[in-house]
Amino acid sequence: MPLNLTVSPDFAPDHISGWFYFNTYLQRQLGIPIHLELYDSFEKQRQDIREGKVDLIYANPYDASMLVRELGFKALMKPAHKADETVIAVSVSSPCGSVEDLQPGSVIATTDDPDVHTMGMIMLESADLDDSNIQVKTLKNYVLVAKTLLKGEADAGFFLKQAYDELSELIRSEMKPLVSSQIGVIHHVLLAGPAFQSHEDALKSTLLSMADEEKGRNVLQNMGLVGWELMSEEDSEFMIDLIDTLID
Amino acid sequence: MSEQDTGQVREVLIRYYDGTERVARIVDQEVPYPDGKLIVSRTDPEGIITHANQAFVDMSGYSREELIGTNHYILRHPDMPAVAFKGLWDTVAEGKKWQGFVKNLRKDGTYYWVKATVIPNIRNGQLVGYTSVRRKPSRSKIRESEALYATLM
Repeated sequence: MPLNLTVSPDFAPDHISGWFYFNTYLQRQLGIPIHLELYDSFEKQRQDIREGKVDLIYANPYDASMLVRELGFKALMKPAHKADETVIAVSVSSPCGSVEDLQPGSVIATTDDPDVHTMGMIMLESADLDDSNIQVKTLKNYVLVAKTLLKGEADAGFFLKQAYDELSELIRSEMKPLVSSQIGVIHHVLLAGPAFQSHEDALKSTLLSMADEEKGRNVLQNMGLVGWELMSEEDSEFMIDLIDTLID
Repeated sequence: MSEQDTGQVREVLIRYYDGTERVARIVDQEVPYPDGKLIVSRTDPEGIITHANQAFVDMSGYSREELIGTNHYILRHPDMPAVAFKGLWDTVAEGKKWQGFVKNLRKDGTYYWVKATVIPNIRNGQLVGYTSVRRKPSRSKIRESEALYATLM
């Protein structure tokens, strides 16, 4: 039976092939069969995680909390120099110049990406906006969030900063960011479930040296990463505590 | 800026719960909370700061070296009623999350408002400290808090 690898559904579409290369790279380096399962729905992925169908996951920080505290997963690595940040943007023609200019009744375009949505809602608090006085439009991906803004069907949109930066120049030129988070300590995490734990040491050593050789660097580049860093148990507990403070 | 800002400078004796006290220079001038940032700190169970992120260093006006090893009450502004902090400590002592609006004192005597959340850090069933995360409050919440706290002094 192969072990199962999955990736938080918030990865950029351009990096799908990178995750397949990564899976092939891991199988060769570790000498074990691994099956990669990708999802386009956070809910379906969470359901499979709870049913024990996942052994290794590149998780968003929000799900990392559930994986560590409820399901006994262990955080092993984090992507080097890659924090998760959120951008609130509006159409370039919007009269809003800051978050505080957004009014009750505003329509907010978002995705079901839990970190970005949570951070976006937190950054709206300074305008006295919350679930009770805005209308939320949840879309499949960030390109659709941008299109909804450009068509005038939403007043503001939440983006993962990396996804915002990777939108085409043409689309970005039609939008303006009102605020960009600068948190620095919330990031994705590679976590191993109980069935993967006998391969942990080999996995850590493979990933730590990945950026040192050409094949590894090519795979990383295709995933939009520059390397991996070790994550201690306390590092992951700290990040989970921090996320707990952000969830009401 | 708060409508209450006068820019006046005064010296105030602040007494802390552990019996220590200090004379602080208070300047009635608000420093705006920076957009998009979270101020993050951790303390040990006694309230001694063990971690401070850059936003905390920048907003407090202290260096990281000055903050680490110091009691978190160094940020306490004399306009904050003691009852607000009692509520905080009573809540986290029960293992629960506390949230509230706090006027913090900077090293230079000016102040900044935050929406603060404090949670106990539990490791293997033991309390090892507290994490506090502060974010930007709305002007209406600041006005409400100014009015409420003035009645509790």
